[in-house]
Amino acid sequence: MVAPFVVVYLWFLIYPSVQVLLMSFTNSDIAGRGNFVGLENYTRLLKDPLFWNALWNTLYFILLTVVPNTALGLIMAMMVIRLNWARRWVLAAFFLPNILPVSVVTNLWQWLLDQNFGIVNYLSKQSIGWFSDPVWAMPAVAVVTLWWTVGFNVLLFMAALQGVPDELYEAAALDGASSGQMFRYVTWPLVWPVTSLVLILQLIAQFKIFDQVYLLTSGGPFDKTTVILLLMYRSAFQQQEGGYSSTIGVVLLVIILVASFIQSRYLGRFRS
Amino acid sequence: MKKSLWAVWLGGAATLLTVLFGLVWVFPVYWMVVTSLKADTDTIVTPPSFYPNPVDFSAYTYIVQNSPILHWYVNSIVTSLLITFLVLILALLCAFALSQLDFPGKGWLYWVILAGFMIPFQASIVPLFLQMQKLGMVNTYAGVILPQLAAPLAVVIYKQFFDQVPRELGDAARIDGASEFRVLFGIYLPINWNITWALAIVTFIAAWNNFFWPFIITNNTNMFTIPVGITQVQSAYGVAYAKTMATAVMASFPTVIAYLLFQRRVTEGVMATAGIK
Repeated sequence: MVAPFVVVYLWFLIYPSVQVLLMSFTNSDIAGRGNFVGLENYTRLLKDPLFWNALWNTLYFILLTVVPNTALGLIMAMMVIRLNWARRWVLAAFFLPNILPVSVVTNLWQWLLDQNFGIVNYLSKQSIGWFSDPVWAMPAVAVVTLWWTVGFNVLLFMAALQGVPDELYEAAALDGASSGQMFRYVTWPLVWPVTSLVLILQLIAQFKIFDQVYLLTSGGPFDKTTVILLLMYRSAFQQQEGGYSSTIGVVLLVIILVASFIQSRYLGRFRS
Repeated sequence: MKKSLWAVWLGGAATLLTVLFGLVWVFPVYWMVVTSLKADTDTIVTPPSFYPNPVDFSAYTYIVQNSPILHWYVNSIVTSLLITFLVLILALLCAFALSQLDFPGKGWLYWVILAGFMIPFQASIVPLFLQMQKLGMVNTYAGVILPQLAAPLAVVIYKQFFDQVPRELGDAARIDGASEFRVLFGIYLPINWNITWALAIVTFIAAWNNFFWPFIITNNTNMFTIPVGITQVQSAYGVAYAKTMATAVMASFPTVIAYLLFQRRVTEGVMATAGIK
């Protein structure tokens, strides 16, 4: 009974993941033809300014998204949870972007942020070309990501907030706690497990950023938004360097594995 | 405790603010629909009109007639439905065995499946692509579908739910001579219809929305799925936002409907996928 899943799983996930490690030691082209070259790809990677640029851009993107996405998710959940009749509708409004395909999201925001006819520039009386401006491109991609994905975090925080017993708030109120103190001493400690989960899930997801960047800016302007996966995609399918591209893949794999390991170690999702 | 007038007023203001925030948040979606219902010349007038006047369906008729969008629709429907069905079937069988049966290597297998959570398939896209090329699966449904089945999430969720089913239920049927398949599909599956629905909807939405893999494995316009195809429409038309938005509306229609109909199930599914129940 396990065979069908195990075959697919080993064939399409585990085997390629082992293969990528082997390929990273070769100078294969994109058809897989090449020779063993030892650590050559890795020494090249360490000296490649494009790689360091991509790593820096990815970290910058993480800085712009992970904490804001988590904080905004918590704030929105706290806003929604106290509603009665409107709760279902406001929650749906916050979550709706999440179920749109990424290319719908990027097409939509290219229109909203269009330099000449976009509604954002019209309402704010600006004429910024958001996705072509070296300073604004990455923050603009981050805002789009925030709009698209925060609903997921809102749902998780809603579940966490619902788990806080009302008696705790009542007791705190009787003791004369201010709303700030209630948040600090009642809500925050009880919501912290979910907060840390959301933070690490965000971190892992944003390291793998590709779709939005590729569709909104293609890595430009001047490689200001070229991220790790985009660099990997380019070196594989545009420069035809299967081996070097695999090396970038291995670096990504290691980063994600370390982050996931921290998650399972400290958050114990499947601790049994 | 009687609330003071001040507290009531403050609560009302907070509610109003929250509702306004919600409206601002969906405004882009509203704007997408409104733009799609305008004539292209009406999308670039200043000041912009916040509702379509007159309502104009020409963008929709144009893209249906002049782009392969219906073709992409068929591709997306076929692949997403097959992925949903196959993911659930594979997960049901595997999770049932892991939860209920004893076989050598079981503990080891579960560990490997859990470890798979940590592996980003994006990192090994080059060997995966090579493998699909050797199998002749580039630009095929099989090529789009197969790697999306290697997802351990449904297995782990089903196993957790099966572990909670009282053992006596299955054992009673086994004594009456039922096969393990009968026990699974006659007892374990019906008990877990709720999570099955939730998983089905979440898997369908994810499969429909998947961009990266179909983007890598298809390069023939006729084999694109909707999310990949609509990026072509935009580059083909240049600045023609009514058409771009019309394709966007069409592309998001099935998942938005699925969400609005099954909002609670989607929420359950999201909780289950994040490990919170």
